[in-house]
Amino acid sequence: MSAPAEPVLEVDGLVKHYPLTRGVLFKKQIGAVKAVDGVDFTLGRGETLGIVGESGCGKSTVAKLLCNLERPTAGAIRYKGEDITKLSGRALKAVRRNIQMVFQDPYTSLNPRMTVGDIIGEPYEIHPEAAPKGDRRRRVQELLDVVGLNPEYVNRYPHQFSGGQRQRIGIARGLALRPEVIVADEPVSALDVSVQAQVINLLDRLQSEFELSYVFIAHDLSIVRHISDRVGVMYLGRIVEIGRDAEIYDHPTHPYTQALLSAVPVPDPEAREHRERIILSGDVPSPTDIPSGCRFRTRCWKARERCALEVPQLAVPAEFRLATGPAAHDSACLFAEEKQVVPVDGAGPEAP
Amino acid sequence: MLLDVRDLHVEFRTRDGVARAVNGVSYSVDAGETLAVLGESGSGKSVTAQAVMGILDSPPGRITGGEILFQGQDLLTLKEEERRKVRGARMAMIFQDALSALNPVLSVGDQLGEMFEVHRGMSRKDARARAVELMDRVRIPGAAQRVRDYPHQFSGGMRQRIMIAMALALEPALIIADEPTTALDVTVQAQVMDLLAELQREYRMGLILITHDLGVVADVADRIAVMYAGRIVETAPVHDIYKAPAHPYTRGLLDSIPRLDQKGQELYAIKGLPPNLMHIPAGCAFHPRCPMARDECRTDEPPLHEVSAERGSACHFWRECLDERTR
Repeated sequence: MSAPAEPVLEVDGLVKHYPLTRGVLFKKQIGAVKAVDGVDFTLGRGETLGIVGESGCGKSTVAKLLCNLERPTAGAIRYKGEDITKLSGRALKAVRRNIQMVFQDPYTSLNPRMTVGDIIGEPYEIHPEAAPKGDRRRRVQELLDVVGLNPEYVNRYPHQFSGGQRQRIGIARGLALRPEVIVADEPVSALDVSVQAQVINLLDRLQSEFELSYVFIAHDLSIVRHISDRVGVMYLGRIVEIGRDAEIYDHPTHPYTQALLSAVPVPDPEAREHRERIILSGDVPSPTDIPSGCRFRTRCWKARERCALEVPQLAVPAEFRLATGPAAHDSACLFAEEKQVVPVDGAGPEAP
Repeated sequence: MLLDVRDLHVEFRTRDGVARAVNGVSYSVDAGETLAVLGESGSGKSVTAQAVMGILDSPPGRITGGEILFQGQDLLTLKEEERRKVRGARMAMIFQDALSALNPVLSVGDQLGEMFEVHRGMSRKDARARAVELMDRVRIPGAAQRVRDYPHQFSGGMRQRIMIAMALALEPALIIADEPTTALDVTVQAQVMDLLAELQREYRMGLILITHDLGVVADVADRIAVMYAGRIVETAPVHDIYKAPAHPYTRGLLDSIPRLDQKGQELYAIKGLPPNLMHIPAGCAFHPRCPMARDECRTDEPPLHEVSAERGSACHFWRECLDERTR
């Protein structure tokens, strides 16, 4: 139940604030959008870490930081022990090869004027050492085959493909440099249900074939459970609860996780009568103006005075510190309590 | 019967050819009932609703056949002027994206009030008062102050409430909600669906809920109609369909969604892609993707077979499909 033996990525106190300024000539900082506000996690080799959260919780910013598309305000991201946030030039380029990204929207993340072959082969232009020039076309065709597309399609353009096929092209591009880590930001949310399953199965297969580690970012809790070994729940720039999938889904201890899980519609009409729903009031506060103490307290039904004064740390809560059950996992709540919100299923096929 | 759509056909004429978006859809909704219309993009679920509302883009869209009986009256025979009186007052629509459905340069109070001024001939002041009442009704905090705010000043969930308020303003008999919560976060989605269900009960409205989300359907619907390539392939009371689907497409959809309450093995995936509406396959439109397809599926278009008094399935082999699940 402890962290996996060999971490590929270690994220430590990651912070990203975007300054808000006023004035044209004399810019004055009047505040900051605290998109990511202290995130820690580790990613083991061959592991999938799911990150869930609602819009504005900072999960996509985490993705950008991991791929070094943005520089963090503070904190460290260690790839095999080396802090990549401090790197630049050649050293940074070398690390980037190993951490690749798959984007959400296959309609805008592929250049419409480039052929599929050029799109998937572009990483080789940037990292010529990855494949000798004469070999590239063959590699691209191999990649197309790996993601389940006809290798003869290399000269087609993105508009000739459907959404699911485009996402496969995006995945092939992500694989081109044989990375160790793939950061996937909402990779299936733009796809139809019947096509979603195809892409998820593909990601599953590629993981074992290429020994990939995934950071899988999504808002759909069912999909995240399906694909992840561990799951972190984000709220307003922080992880509020993290643990193995059964710990989070069957034994959540943070009230936000409980509310989130109870709000997910379950595709079973029998469940609707005897399901308890926690309906949160209000909206997520603005990330420019984060509540004091526990950031969830403004929407929490359990909030007390202490919650406004004390920032809860992400650790095994005191109540469960001596326990060994699945409730003993990291949860940033001062009044953590185990609560089962997802009905334990008896009808579906038994998992072995 | 509140609404009875019979054998509706809609096509779109484009430069590249004719896209047959709706090919003989029939469904009905009673007062106080919720019908979920489920389908993927391009299944014709939204186009059918637009035809019912009378907001189909035409050209290129064209209704080429069928009847839409609403409170006993065939809407397709009405003049546009009469149709406009039905729209908004007796049936109303809630759209997916509230930000683009609301007018950005009018305050929400003006937009809500406009309904009463135009349809009820109220004065501006009375209309404004009714707007505040409505905003209260959909639980927008501080309605009296916020009535002067513009759409962009509200959060996504609050904007969707304003859309619901607008739809409810004239107490219509029928509401069509096209993916009303798809753009919202789960916790907000739960708030909005709850509100909609509560108001529907209170006013005994008929509700057509258009969605692709099998979870939302299970939560709120009474009956369900599954659409594929412009046809209804299965229709049934909601409990029956989840227990034992009678069409291989429905079964595929149900099997392909990951579950929150169990960590699954490999997901079932329906092979292939939805058809191009300009070249719908002959016979059963689903046959190229169907694991049960046989020769007659490639040539004979299946009618909607009666499975039971309340159920229908457009599959030649619906019996086998049912058996496989119940076995």
